[in-house]
Order: sequence, then structure tokens, then C-alpha cells
Amino acid sequence: MSIAENLAPTEVPKPREITTEPRFSDRVFKGVVSSGGFISLLVLGLISLFLLYNGLGVFRSEGLSFVTSFDWVAESIENGTEASYGIGAMLYGTLVIGFIGLFFGFPLAFGTALFLSYYAPEWIKKPMVLVVDIMAAIPSIVFGVWGYFILMPQAEEWARLINKYLGFIPIFSMPGDFFTRSPFIAGLVLAIMIIPIITSISREVFAQTPLDRIQAAYALGATRWSMIRAVVIPYGKGGVIGGAMLGLGRALGETVAVYTVLNLVYDIRPEILLSAGGSVASLIVNKFGDANPPELKALMAAGFVLFVVTLIVNFIANIIINRTVRKG
Amino acid sequence: MSTLIGNKPQQPMPDGASLPKPIKPWKPTPKQLLSDLLGAITAVIASLIVVAITPLAGALGLIATFMAVSIVIASSISWIRQDRKAAANSVSTIIIYFLAAFVLLPVVSIIFEIIRKGVPGLSLGVFFNDMSVTSSDAPLNEGGLLHALVGSLYVVALATIISIPIGLLTALYLTEVNGKAAGIVRFFVQAMSGVPSIVAGLFIYAVWMISFGGTYTTAAGSMALAILMIPTVARTAEEVLKLIPTDLREAGLALGATQWKTVALVVVPAARSGLITAVILGVARVAGETAPLLLTIGGNDAMNWNPFSGNNSALPFYIFKNFSLGTETAIARAWTGIFVLMIVVMIFFTLTRILGNKKG
Repeated sequence: MSIAENLAPTEVPKPREITTEPRFSDRVFKGVVSSGGFISLLVLGLISLFLLYNGLGVFRSEGLSFVTSFDWVAESIENGTEASYGIGAMLYGTLVIGFIGLFFGFPLAFGTALFLSYYAPEWIKKPMVLVVDIMAAIPSIVFGVWGYFILMPQAEEWARLINKYLGFIPIFSMPGDFFTRSPFIAGLVLAIMIIPIITSISREVFAQTPLDRIQAAYALGATRWSMIRAVVIPYGKGGVIGGAMLGLGRALGETVAVYTVLNLVYDIRPEILLSAGGSVASLIVNKFGDANPPELKALMAAGFVLFVVTLIVNFIANIIINRTVRKG
Repeated sequence: MSTLIGNKPQQPMPDGASLPKPIKPWKPTPKQLLSDLLGAITAVIASLIVVAITPLAGALGLIATFMAVSIVIASSISWIRQDRKAAANSVSTIIIYFLAAFVLLPVVSIIFEIIRKGVPGLSLGVFFNDMSVTSSDAPLNEGGLLHALVGSLYVVALATIISIPIGLLTALYLTEVNGKAAGIVRFFVQAMSGVPSIVAGLFIYAVWMISFGGTYTTAAGSMALAILMIPTVARTAEEVLKLIPTDLREAGLALGATQWKTVALVVVPAARSGLITAVILGVARVAGETAPLLLTIGGNDAMNWNPFSGNNSALPFYIFKNFSLGTETAIARAWTGIFVLMIVVMIFFTLTRILGNKKG
């Protein structure tokens, strides 16, 4: 048999149809992947739908007073109480501890990010980045238990000092000696917990600072600090603020760490060192265990409010960050 | 600008035999180093003296005084040596060093305390017993957390099984299909990673228990964890897939493969180790989650091998429960639980590091 004979086609195959039309397998692929991609949207939608649906009755009966009034009383036949649900104090408390957390956490995170980007020698930088990453990996229950047993005794002393020297300012005043489990301490725990996220976003932002501007500043004789003030901070301001807001979003939604170190009181107190605070997330954990069905619905409503608040904070934060950092 | 003239430039060799040694005008001279060192020593001694003779006592007083004194000394040295701008630079440098050092403190303290308080309660029995016949107040050598460890394993494994396909599909949609809605999807995935963990638990409770009349199960807990895990997996996987060169995709398509074949046989295998990292990062994210489990798995003191029926425990749940009991032995159990949980988290953390550093 010669080669030519072997190669001689017995029947000519039809030429493949050349088309830009996607083939069947690709259409299936696109469909599957796209529907998978939309699951996150679906889940977010379902979360708000289910919480809203379950909480709707409470929203309707309480009206606006659900977010403005302070009482959280479940209906009880033995005690003869009528149900009254209001998360005003909890919402206020959530914002207070969130901002205390930001007040302490932001400068620390900002300083650390500057340190890692412009000050640290290489041999410190690597372990330091590792430490910040480990910090992000520590579960919140660990922060909570550590905060309760280790940080709290220390923080009480700090609170006493603040009260002693700054007690004339209303928020640092004190009606008695009740320094444990205060919003101040909860804020400190939150501050530690939000440091990693603010640090990493800030570092990402600083890394985008154009090198030629930095070098230009140095060439003009700027000290390191003048360079940072003239180049890095103006350039990265937006992104850093976005990172801080992302940290605030985390702080507002934090549950267990706050629950362990905060004394829940259904009242708005201006004194942040006093052992009386509020947190919507902690309220849910606190009341969930022995809630009757109507109270459960009220907790769903509280969860919906918390969800919406954190979602808004996160939306704004992500818009700011996307605009400054992840342009491409 | 006196610092710049610290080192005298060396004269080139007259015969041109060797090149002049490069000078480093930015390097501090021995004289400057000496004055810096003296300043630092003065700062330490001065702050010790201040703490000793004034009512500022304790570590807090020492740190605060040390910071204040070192700022004063460093800024005056730079002011004398140079000008006001240099002084501002010294002040900010010292503050930034202090801020970074403060961040180290809690991590060091947490790890130290976990070891100090967690290790005493540790024994082999902890890993082989549950709490079904032991009360929390019984001596520490009785009972254990095997049920919690197994529960954690179940709940995290199930959450991983749910999250991998969804997270991967989302990442593939963002990188491979990159449709019109990619921007919106990316934005919502970012938003989803900010969902408070308690809300995830509440949502599953509303769906599973209220709407479908289910009971506490491991599966319910893992669904709540999956909500928190999906965004981490999706975002990391997207970053990884973005790094795969477009050439590979084009080569696959040019060889006549369909897009589906290119993705399945070229892109995903090329990104394999990165995708595994994405999954492990997600596991590390949820392994220590407590709040959603409090609302969904119900808690148990005995082993429960069936993830689809009956209450179960998990490590964070076990820690929370013993912490809430508040007695001395219960709290010792909680610390031991924390120790074990941290070991688990650190194993995953190290895995992501190793895989992340590996190429390919």
C-alpha cells in the first residue's frame, strides 16, 4: 500500500462551518456562569426580603418609634406587660461604640500603614505585615474573651484616669464607680478588630501614589514627613477615608466581641465611660435565646435595620475606594 | 542641609587605577548616630526619673512619659542640627513608630494569654471526650471538646461545599464572561462581604426555621457560614483568575476549543493553587464565626454525627457557652477551646501563606 493510496480520502469531510455564533456548549457555559454570578445579588435581595417580611408586622405596629423609642419589652401574660419594641438606644449605642472604635483604631491603622509603606526597614516590614494579617485572622470570640479578661481590667484604669482629669467634660463624667463593661471598653476592642482592614486598604492606597511625585518631593529637599504631607496624604485621602468607613461598617455589625464586653442598657446615656451601652447586634444575641414568636419578629426587624445601616455604610465606602484605588 | 555635607567626597585616584568609592550622603555620620543614641538613652533615663519622682506610675505612665520625652529630645536635636522642618519630621517619625508598636501590643498579648491560659487545660482527653457525661464544673481532666471539634469540622466542610461552586462561578462570571452586569455583580459581592455575621444567622433562621419550619441543624449553620464565605472565595478567586495571561485563553480559542473547554482545561488548571488558596482563605474567615452559629446550630454536649438533623456544637459555640457559664472551670475550658480554635485557624492561615507563595 503506498502512502498516496492511504491518504486518498474515501469521502471528503464537510468543511467545518465557520461562524461567530457561540456554540451550544458555550451558551450553556455562559448561562450557568452568569446565573452563578448573580447569586450574590440574589442572596442580598433574599436577606432583605425575608427580614423585612418577618419584621413587617413590628414596623407597622411600632411605626417610627421602632427606631426612636428605648424600651424593649416582650409581651408577657404573667407580668402583665404589653409588647413594646424600640431599638433607639441600641442604634445610638451601636453608632457610639463604632465611632469610639474608629477614634482609636483609625490613627493606629493609619500610622501603621504609613510605617509599613515609608518608614519600616525591610526586616521589620515583613514580620509586621504578618502580624497585621494574623490580627485579621483572629476570630471575634477570641477578641471578646481576651477583651473581657485581659483588656478590661487595664481599660478600667485608663477610664478612671480619663474621668479623673477630663471628668468635667460631660461624656467623661461619671455618676458612680461603674467602669466595667462600658462603651469605651467595647470601642477599644472594636478599635483593635478594625485595625487590619483599615491598614490594608490604606497600604493599597499608598502603593498607588505615583513614584515620580514622591521622588520630586525628595529632590526638592523635602523631609520624609513633608513628602507625606505634600504627596501621599493629598493623593490617598479619599481611599483612606473609604477604608475607615469600611472599618466602621465592620464595627457596626460586630456581634460577639461586643456582646462579651458591653453591658446592655435600654437607655441613652451620654457618659461613654459608664457601664451602660447598646448594640443592635448584641441585642439580637441577648434576646434571641428566650424570645417568644412575636419578639422574634421584632428581632428580625432589628436585624433588618442593622443590615440596611451596614449596607449603606459599606456601599459608600466601596464607592469611595473603587473610585480612588481599583480604577482599572 | 548640613546632613548632606557630612561625608567629604573622596578624591579620585591620581593615576585613575581604581574608581572612586561611591558616597552615600544620605547615610547618617557616626557623629549623628552618636547624638541620636545619646538622645535615646537620655529619653529612657529621663522618663524613668520622671515616673519615679511623680505620681505617674505603672507601665502606662512610663510609656506616655517615654513618648513625650523622646519627642521633645528628638525634635530639639533636629532643630539644633537643622531647622523647624527637620524637627517636625522627627516628631512625626517617632509618633508613627509608636503607633506601629501599639498595634503589635494586642496581638502579642492575645497570643501570650491564649497560650498561658489555654495550655493548662489541655490534655489528650480533651480531644477524645465530649461533654455528654461531664458537667462544665467537673475537673478539667474530665470531658473534652471532641464534639465541638467534629461539629466545627462538619459545619465548615458543608459551608465550603456550598461556597466553592458559587464563589467560583461568580469569579468566572467576573473574569471570563465579563458581561454587562460585571460591575454591578462585583459591587454587590463587595457589599456582601460586609454583611454582619449576625444578620446572616438571622436570615437563615428566618428562612429555615420560620418559613420552612425546620429545626436547629448543622446544615443550617453551614448555610449561614456560606453567606459569609462566598464573597471571600469569589473576590480572591477573581484576583487569581485575573492574573492568568490572556494569551492562554486566546491560544485555547485559536486551537478551536470552545470557551467552555478553554476555561475548564486551560484557565482553571493554570490557576489551581490560587483557587485553592481562595477556598482556604474563605475557610479561615468562617472557622471562628460565632454569632451565626448561635442562632442556627442549637448547641449540643454530645456528639452528633448527622449534619442534617439534631443540634450540634462547634468550637466557637463551645467557647461562647463556657464563657457565658462564667464559673472558674468553665472559663478554663473556654480558654482551652480558644487555644484549639486558634491552632485550627493558624493551620489554615499558614496553608494560605505556603500556597500563596508558591508559583503556578
